Amino acid sequence: MTTTTAAKSNRITMVQAINQALSEEMERDPTIILLGEDVGVDGGVFRVTQGLQAKFGADRVVDTPLAESGIAGTAVGLAIGGMRPVMEVQFSGFMNFAFEQLQPHVSRFRQRTCGQRAMRLVCRAPSGGGIRALEHHSESEEAMYLNTPGFIVMMPSGPRNAYGLMKAAVRSDDPVIFFEPKSVYRAIKEEVPVNGDPIPIGKAEIPKTGTDVTVVTWGAMVKRTMDSIAGHTASIEVVDLLTLKPLNHSLVIESVKKTGRLVVVHEAARTGGMAGEIFARVCEDAFYHLRAPMKRVCGYDVPYPLFARENAYLPDKHRIVAAIDEALRD
Amino acid sequence: MTSSQGFVFEIPPRVTFLDEEGVLLPGRSPPMTDAKAVELYRHMLRARLFDDRLLKLQRQGRIGTFAPSFGQEACQVGSLAALTAKDWFVPSFREMAGALYRGAPMMSILIYAMGYEEGSKVPDGARDLPVSIPVGGQSAHAVGLAWAMKLKKDPGIAICYFGDGATSEGIVYESMNFAGVLRVPTIFFCQNNQWAISTPRRNQTAAETIAQKAIGAGIEGRQVDGNDLFAVYEATREAAELGRTTGMSTLIEAITFRRGVHTTADDPSVYRTKAEEDAWAKRDPIDRMRKFLTAKGAWSEALQAKAEAEIGAETAKAIEEAEAFRAAGPSPLTMFDHTFSYMPAYLQRQRDEAERAFKGRDVMVGVSTKKQGQGSSAVVGELEEAKD
Repeated sequence: MTTTTAAKSNRITMVQAINQALSEEMERDPTIILLGEDVGVDGGVFRVTQGLQAKFGADRVVDTPLAESGIAGTAVGLAIGGMRPVMEVQFSGFMNFAFEQLQPHVSRFRQRTCGQRAMRLVCRAPSGGGIRALEHHSESEEAMYLNTPGFIVMMPSGPRNAYGLMKAAVRSDDPVIFFEPKSVYRAIKEEVPVNGDPIPIGKAEIPKTGTDVTVVTWGAMVKRTMDSIAGHTASIEVVDLLTLKPLNHSLVIESVKKTGRLVVVHEAARTGGMAGEIFARVCEDAFYHLRAPMKRVCGYDVPYPLFARENAYLPDKHRIVAAIDEALRD
Repeated sequence: MTSSQGFVFEIPPRVTFLDEEGVLLPGRSPPMTDAKAVELYRHMLRARLFDDRLLKLQRQGRIGTFAPSFGQEACQVGSLAALTAKDWFVPSFREMAGALYRGAPMMSILIYAMGYEEGSKVPDGARDLPVSIPVGGQSAHAVGLAWAMKLKKDPGIAICYFGDGATSEGIVYESMNFAGVLRVPTIFFCQNNQWAISTPRRNQTAAETIAQKAIGAGIEGRQVDGNDLFAVYEATREAAELGRTTGMSTLIEAITFRRGVHTTADDPSVYRTKAEEDAWAKRDPIDRMRKFLTAKGAWSEALQAKAEAEIGAETAKAIEEAEAFRAAGPSPLTMFDHTFSYMPAYLQRQRDEAERAFKGRDVMVGVSTKKQGQGSSAVVGELEEAKD
């Protein structure tokens, strides 16, 4: 990994930050190609790839036929053939149709060939709810990929870390599932460096330090948590995982050892969700440091509702603060 | 067309009855009475006017994202008119005109667009499936329905709808292949509207026609002018008769055009020209039928004005009902009630927690106060914008 000193930066959204990361990486590495539905002429339905086809040509930014398994399956061949495909699935809800290639082939090819065939590919998809969208356009399905050995799973929370994580994803020698929390796509602007550095895979960040309670979260729930705890009297430490797998285990454990209390917030459904995995790790490695039962604020165990009820489904300030207060009570 | 060995080997020439001016082509006669043609014309008009009204409601923030049927009314009304209520209707997500024809209440379509699951319920006994958004998947459901009818000795058939984009999905081929092998009568109605969001038909398949994909699956293939109500009706009627009498399935490729946006947040000016849109506007299915009926003396400006007024009043009443439904405050807790046939204890506990968490608070998403425009930010849904 090369380290370059950031010469300058721009105040941009996550959409622009991912676009910039892809553009810089494509300039650096001619084997990178983007493929997906509407990524070229249209610039992606959220405009993440806007302008890239004009810049790099239709051979490197490819509008494919409408077939998610076809996109993922050809990406496997492209990767083995020496390219670095960055495939887009238009919404993470439609990654289910790419899963027939992602699980049986992308996650297993290296293992199957004793390391001979690497899966240098990135699967990007807008993820999560909160934008008044239609059915299948609001799910958070990271747990499916966490429970499938062989993937690196990332979910940025803002423009700066989306930029750094995408740079790391594109340079990874292992397949990366890159979930983009669409509800914050344009909701936050941050200073993002030009020709900046990747964020190392598996490194979490602490956007707010504290000593009373640890809140572990990721994706769009980082902003929601930060907004929810503004003005709270307790000293709250917020951990933004960024990479969900491999998890920054030691950072989470050290934070919980310090505070003795843990709340996990995620959009995805509760049962089988990432919160359970984090709780298990804390029980294994920091159990005697716990001063109160751990709490989780998650989506309910129901199919993601149509948008009239999505605010009821998603963790909100009321539920996040209630969980924190409950963890602090004991 | 089937060979003497019983295999499909050829797609007949495209079926057309009316030219773009609504004049019958030489040798053609209408496949239905004038009264029937007027009735179907009115169904198309009703769908078109309702679509227009939905678009305005979306721009006002009173409903969410939806996919207009604009320009595809003849495909949907013409094909369904050739079937009966005993046949199954399996839509994708752009069949509002078809759903209305089948009897879906306008109020249901409205509350679905307001984000309520309640809008997906159909009148009791209706053999209609709800909107299906994952592209192409519903085609297999139609085959399963046709299969069940065969097993139950029910003479019905199933019709499913999808677009040109869906023919790239493996499941559409799988469905046609099942229908062929199992000999269960299914009509695969492809509305080739030329665009899958920004992807033109030519980038979807290297095949000359979509209809020819039927040959590979061993079912009949037809190509029709999808903006010609008579052509669509007649091709579907023949396919249904073939299905009922022999079990043979048919893929109908209806050549049409998505005159509007993909969904209300899409901006087609990014990827297609005004000239293309204008050329297709001249082939509009409703204008064509109106010209035909007017020339025959079966329709007039006075009848048009009367129909528009009636449909306008019907729509206004439905909007009133739908907004009253929302204003009555449907419970957010119903999201727990249809996950299973019973309420498991763990889910009841979550429901109880939610009830406490929601108490005294409005957790529903209602009318959007944001200005709704033809978007540059999302094809589905609405994004929060940074303040600076």
